[in-house]
Amino acid sequence: MTKITFIEHDGTEHTVEAVNGLTVMETAIRNMVPGIDADCGGACACATCHVYVDEKWEDKTGERSSMEQSMLDFASDVEASSRLSCQIKVSDALDGLVVRLPEQQG
Amino acid sequence: MARSKARIHARHKSRQASAGSPFPLQARRKPAKKAGMSTKAGTVIIGASQAGLSCAAELRRRKYDGPVTLIGAEPHLPYQRPPLSKAYLSGEMPVERLWLKPEAFYPASDITCLTNASITAIDRDSREAVLADGQRIGFEHCVIATGGEARIPPIPGANLPGVQLLRNLGEADHLSAALNDAKSLAVIGAGYIGLEVAASARKRGLKVTVLEAAERPMARTASPILGGWFGAIHRGYGVDLRVSTPVASILEKNGRAGGVVLGDGEEIAADSVLLAAGLALNTGLAEAAGLDCENGILVDTACRTSDRFIYACGDVARFHSALYGRSIRLESVQNAIEQGKAVAAAITGEDVRYDPVPWFWSDQYELKLQIAGLIDGADSIVRRGDPEMGNFAVFHLKEGRIIACEAINSAPEYMAAQKLIRSGKPVDADALRNLDVAMRDLLA
Ligand SMILES: Cc1cc2nc3c(=O)[nH]c(=O)nc-3n(C[C@H](O)[C@H](O)[C@H](O)COP(=O)(O)OP(=O)(O)OC[C@H]3O[C@@H](n4cnc5c(N)ncnc54)[C@H](O)[C@@H]3O)c2cc1C
Ligand code: FES
Repeated sequence: MTKITFIEHDGTEHTVEAVNGLTVMETAIRNMVPGIDADCGGACACATCHVYVDEKWEDKTGERSSMEQSMLDFASDVEASSRLSCQIKVSDALDGLVVRLPEQQG
Repeated sequence: MARSKARIHARHKSRQASAGSPFPLQARRKPAKKAGMSTKAGTVIIGASQAGLSCAAELRRRKYDGPVTLIGAEPHLPYQRPPLSKAYLSGEMPVERLWLKPEAFYPASDITCLTNASITAIDRDSREAVLADGQRIGFEHCVIATGGEARIPPIPGANLPGVQLLRNLGEADHLSAALNDAKSLAVIGAGYIGLEVAASARKRGLKVTVLEAAERPMARTASPILGGWFGAIHRGYGVDLRVSTPVASILEKNGRAGGVVLGDGEEIAADSVLLAAGLALNTGLAEAAGLDCENGILVDTACRTSDRFIYACGDVARFHSALYGRSIRLESVQNAIEQGKAVAAAITGEDVRYDPVPWFWSDQYELKLQIAGLIDGADSIVRRGDPEMGNFAVFHLKEGRIIACEAINSAPEYMAAQKLIRSGKPVDADALRNLDVAMRDLLA
């Protein structure tokens, strides 16, 4: 089982069991973690599934595609650790992953 | 439409059916007139899809404390439609990934969601919505989010068995099953849905013909440059795309659809036929209730219909866009979500001025099309990037300001355009054309 912890902007933590093969965005939606809107349903077209991924996980979550990078370039509150959670696939390697949520999406 | 028993997804047992009744709502129904606290009559949302769900969820996020009832005619809880013509149809996405919210969301959010339940009338005098079996649900506010159905154009044979439509999950499953058994597909209409299905069917290995009456694909919403370019891409993938080619009738073979007949009499045989001829709006309820409609339910900037207790949102609503200076109606996920939220804001007492920068996307083959804004009304066009390279953007300008951008695999152009359309900042056409000038610098 892959466990992922989402930390809301106000510090509320949600540790949930993730299904391999789904995305981190879908994991949040299925577990009703507030703070991820995912308007486009994972098409990399909206940037409302923005999260921050701890740097030490960078190797395991994979690189941003150029599409994802471009969407992030124009999103709000972007940091070096910003990712679009619909572009990260869950696998065993992500067990224990911690992602933080921005204050608001968009 | 499926006539099986209505299902209820709700929290409290006490809100569940009183003995014998499939509907739980009578027990707690309090017409607004009698209720001491008027919000207790709550909000009834007709249409359990992208717009209706967005409104329901936003009401709760805003701590609205009245009952929220979301009523949907389809047998499913709310789901995403965009994949129906894309990843779901090509077999890359299973049904479990379509649901907009998990089943547990509804009871957890104290939203009563009825599926398989149709509203047949809105009684404005008693402020009640009437269900197909005659039961009535009182409301303080009613939200019409009834969207539309696939439009069936008046061509002979359109009602033949085997003619496929694509607006809902039931139809997508039907189409997908038909494609399993078919070697060829004829698509009538080269709008987004027709072309996305063509791409998905090519992925599944079918021979595909697309017939379009207009002189280019996506004629209603995309520019000639983009439409022409997409046409070439589809032909490159082996689709027989014919423009300026109206279909005269649907060919009958053994009592079923077996292809199409063109205006000049040419017959094109196909194992499967899809009618992708746009949307027929579900405005019937609103019209029967005497609400103002004109190619959509007319709403003001707070999304209110001509009855101040009744709102409308999503594909079915027509509103005045201050940004574009005209009345518009949008068929997009973004509009459904944002207008649904705007309705919730209005119901909870906020001063709402709904005036979005429209956006939309479409995936065909490996291409991502993103459109910001509306192209009508432009006085000049600027192209950035090289169509030959497969990534470029077409900007539509009016009086030196961007009003729309069509971007192929060009997210920076698309994202920057959204901001520039909103701000109305003048842009220099030469800089816009020049790939050495970063889009970000045009924002500054
Ligand atoms: C195949 C397909 C692909 C698409 N792709 C994209 C895309 O890539 N990007 C994009 O932005 N948009 C896309 N769209 C458009 C997008 O899905 C719609 O804009 C959106 O679904 C509109 O939401 P809505 O809630 O307003 O209406 P709808 O989704 O049409 O929902 C209306 C609901 O109301 C129900 N209803 C109607 N009358 C009643 C009644 N009397 N009682 C109870 N229930 C009733 C209907 O059964 C339906 O479930 C696509 C649509 C389709 C069909
Ligand atoms: S869900 Fe839209 S970009 Fe991730």
